Order: sequence, then structure tokens, then C-alpha cells
Amino acid sequence: MTTQFPFENRIYDKAETMSPARRRGLQLKRLRDVVDRVAEVPFYKEAFARAGITPESIRSLDDLRRLPFTTKDDLRRHYPLGFLAVPRDKIARLHGSSGTTGKPTFVAYTAEDLSTWADLCARFLVAGGLRSEHMVHIAFGYGLFTGGFGLHYGVERVGAAVVPVASGNTPRQVMLIRDLRPDALVCTPSYALNIAEAVRTEGIGPGELSLKFAHLGGEPWTEDMRIQIEREMGLLAFNNYGLSEVIGPGVSGECAARCGMHIQEDHFLVECLDPDTLEPVAMGQRGELVFTTLTRQAMPVIRYRTRDIAALDEAPCPCGRTAVRMSRVVGRSDDMLIIRGVNVFPSQIEEALLRVEGTAPHYLIEVDRPGTMDEVTVRVEIRAGDFSDKMSRLQELHDRIDREIQSITGIRANVELVEPQTLERSMGKAKRVIDHRREKGLF
Amino acid sequence: MKLNQLSVFLENKPGRLSKPCHALSSAGINILTLSLADTHQFGILRLIVRDWKRAKEVLESAGCIVNSTEVVAIEVADRPGGLAAVLEVIEQAKVNLEYMYAFTFRSRDKAVLVFRFEDPDAAIRLLQDNGVNVLKDVELFDRIGQ
Repeated sequence: MTTQFPFENRIYDKAETMSPARRRGLQLKRLRDVVDRVAEVPFYKEAFARAGITPESIRSLDDLRRLPFTTKDDLRRHYPLGFLAVPRDKIARLHGSSGTTGKPTFVAYTAEDLSTWADLCARFLVAGGLRSEHMVHIAFGYGLFTGGFGLHYGVERVGAAVVPVASGNTPRQVMLIRDLRPDALVCTPSYALNIAEAVRTEGIGPGELSLKFAHLGGEPWTEDMRIQIEREMGLLAFNNYGLSEVIGPGVSGECAARCGMHIQEDHFLVECLDPDTLEPVAMGQRGELVFTTLTRQAMPVIRYRTRDIAALDEAPCPCGRTAVRMSRVVGRSDDMLIIRGVNVFPSQIEEALLRVEGTAPHYLIEVDRPGTMDEVTVRVEIRAGDFSDKMSRLQELHDRIDREIQSITGIRANVELVEPQTLERSMGKAKRVIDHRREKGLF
Repeated sequence: MKLNQLSVFLENKPGRLSKPCHALSSAGINILTLSLADTHQFGILRLIVRDWKRAKEVLESAGCIVNSTEVVAIEVADRPGGLAAVLEVIEQAKVNLEYMYAFTFRSRDKAVLVFRFEDPDAAIRLLQDNGVNVLKDVELFDRIGQ
């Protein structure tokens, strides 16, 4: 049986088609190497000593399960660079992701890491149709966020041209897409919808756009969103996945068969575990993805708990890549919210409120997507003692909450002051988040 | 010389104003005058009643956030320029006036206004020195009658 692909099925790196048996051998060797490389990182040194782990004691890939987990909290406790496994002068770049305390979690890269990362992004870009003669419009944020720079160097590695537009100013995005006629768009799925809407508003039909492909990631999305993006812009949209703690985008991505995202298993060992028991779930069942980086130099992580819920599929793929595929991320095993591509924890909102005198620690976060963009409303109960007859005082309180939330989370929220005891409390503990996007089936 | 005004926090949602009004009416408390200030996010209901302590209890037990503030009732001539004359005194002395609103009743050719000053005591001295009639609560309530 031959599968019809919408374009030539090209493979960037022959490692992607390595036989599973050969890859397991490579993974075992690399696992021993990484255990050796992190042996002097204080967190792992202590955890390995407790569990009696040495590189020599790793005899098979099953020994992975003897290794300790690493969580976001562990990274945070060693802020900023406690997980560094190379001398500081080997760092070539730092990225970071938002944390619950307003401080980012930093991720370091050596020059070799940056090169590996570009290769990994090149793999999914080529799998999704990118060729050296193409031009790519990148509307991801550039900065500590890994999206912009990760994809930027991936596109360059393929040999294609980059238009590093970054996010924001949607009318300008539309103008540049129309004038420069790029072949591919790179951004978050919700921003792609936003651009699609602006394109429609300008009266530009799907057939008039030059875009052939969109490589979207950075937040969970659905098949319905894919259909809408493809229809409105007349392109093929591909999903990619990654997180900065592991490397950034490039951990996995879709191929032309579009039946899941191939995990780059020669670089990352993946486990899919029940988040409560931490036992592996059966193949095809949903569980929390846990990654061990096999090749990262500056800041390897062992059994990093992503909190992302997805399922794995090891059935052969018609594209010829042999790596296991992951489904879309369907949820989280913690309370993290992804809002316009930014990670936000309810505890960050709580911290913002604690900074503002005059607010009770009773709040409710409501997330919705009325159009194409996420909107957040934070309802805060005010305390009797802080209420004044002056409008200006109340407005000031409102504005301070607004500013603190923005400074800690980086996102703008609608702040609503409400009467005490109006927010629901269940079992003495308040319900903190209502995500209407979930009810609407947006992820 | 000062009156106690009650302020009630209102969420900006339909029906929010009826809660405090209903609580007061159930307790047989008459609102002598009120003013409503609002933004698109929230509002403040300010009101004057005879027995502010009892009204505050009633409102609080109904779940309202209530604040009491001292305000000043001032009599002004009910004709063009009556208010302007009083405001001129306040302005010239650079006394800070936060907001004001009126009572609905008229006695003879006078109107009565509620003034919220940052420093009510200093404002009262200033107004009295300039011949403005500042009403005591008893006097005011008498005029309103039952």
C-alpha cells in the first residue's frame, strides 16, 4: 500500500528512520553518558547517591525507571543555573520559561546544544514541507521564550529564508505576508487564527495568499482549529511540540502523514506515566509525558515531568520515520494555563494579589476565547476594611492589581472587583480556575 | 456639624443596586438622599439615613461592604449662582472637595447639598467664617420631617 502525501515526503536526517533495535542501543549508550555528565550537578549528585546510581549501573533502558524525576519545582529551587552541567564559560545562550514566582526558569545551551536544536527543528520543518527555496514568516515571540529563536535557526538550518517578524501588530503581519509572499508561517495556533481573521477582514481570499504551510506550536490546540486555519488561509498546518526545560520546540513534530508527532527518540527518551501512580500507562493510553534528554550538554534533565497529558503511538508510520508518535497535548496534570502561548499558573495570580494590600486571597480566574484570542478575567473579592467611599481609591486598587498581574505573568487580565463571599468555596477551598475553552472543546 | 454617610460597594452587574435598597426597606429604613458613582467595572452607592449605625448593621448583615464617612450638609440659596458662591469660597481657600450631591427636598428658598471634603472640620470652619449655613443632623432631619 502506498500512501498519497500532499507533497514529497522528504526526510532531513537518516537517524529518523533508524531501526528501533539500533536506536535502543544508541539510547542506552547516550543514557549512560548523560548520567555521567550530570553526576556533578548537585541535585542529581544527591539523588543518584541516594538511589545508588552510577553510569555503570545503567545496564538496560529499563534502568531508566530507577532514576529520579525532575520537576519544575526542582529547577526553580536551583534558580538560576543550579542545573548547569558544564563550566559557565561554555554557555552559548540562555532561554527561559515563565515560573510561578515571577522569575523565569532558565535553560542553558552550549554551542553544540544550539546546533542540535537547529537540527531538531529542521527535522520537523522538512517533515512538514519546508524546503531550502522557501521563505518563512516567523510570528513567534523572540526573547527568553524558545519559540522565536528555536524556529529561526531551524529554518536557517534547512537553508530557507527567515522573516523574523516576531509576534504582535497583526495588521503589519498581514501586510508583510501579502507583500513578501512567504511560503510558510510559524507561530502559535491561536495567533494563526488571529492572522487569518485579519486576512479575512482585509478582504483577502484564501487563494490569494502565498502561504503553503503553517508550523504551529507553543500551546495545545484541536483538529477543529486546524481545519479552520487551513480553510481560511488555504494552507497545510502542522503541529510541533517542545518545552524549554527539555530543549524548546523540536522535541516532536508532525510529518506529511499527520497522524501524531514523531518524538526525536535518538535525543529524548520518552515515558508516558500515570501522573498519580507514576507507573507507565499501556501504549495508546493517555498519561503524563516524561522526558530524559540524551544529548544535551549545558543542562540535561533526567525524567523531566512535563505535566502535559498525551498518548503515545508506536504503530508504523507511512512516512518511514521509526520514532514513536505522540498525540496532541490534551490536558495538564497540574493547574498551569496556557494563555496566548504564555504559561500562567494560578499561584502567580495569587502572588500578584498578595502584593496588593486591600485584596483578599479569594479570587477566580476565568479563561475564555470569545474570538480568536484568549481572554482572562480575574475576579477578586475586596475586603470590607479596604473599601472607601472614594472612586479614585477603588480605581487605584483595581489598577494596582492589573499592573501586578501583568508584571508577574506577562499577560493582561480583565480585573473585576467583587463583593466578599461571592466566589464559590467548596470544602473550604476555593475553586480557582474556570476554563471555558475546555468546555468549548478548544483543546 | 457633620453627617455620617454610608457607602456601599456595588459590582457592576444588573440587579446589584436592589440588594442594599431592599435590605433597608425590609428594616423600615428610609433613604433621605443618595448618589451613585460608577465605572464600567464597579460602582459606589452613597446614602444618607437618619440612623446610620443601624442602617450599617442592616446592610452588613445583608452581605454588603459598607463604609461610613463624615460629610457636611450645606444650605445654599436655591437660585442661579447659589452654589457657585459657596464653591468660590471653597476654591479660593484651596480646600479639597471630593464630591457632592443634593437632597431632594426644598425648604423655603433654600436647597441642601452634601459635600465630601478631605478635611471636613477645616471646611466647616471656613464655610462658617464665610457666612455659609452648615446644618447639624438634627436640624436637617427636622426639616425633612417624617
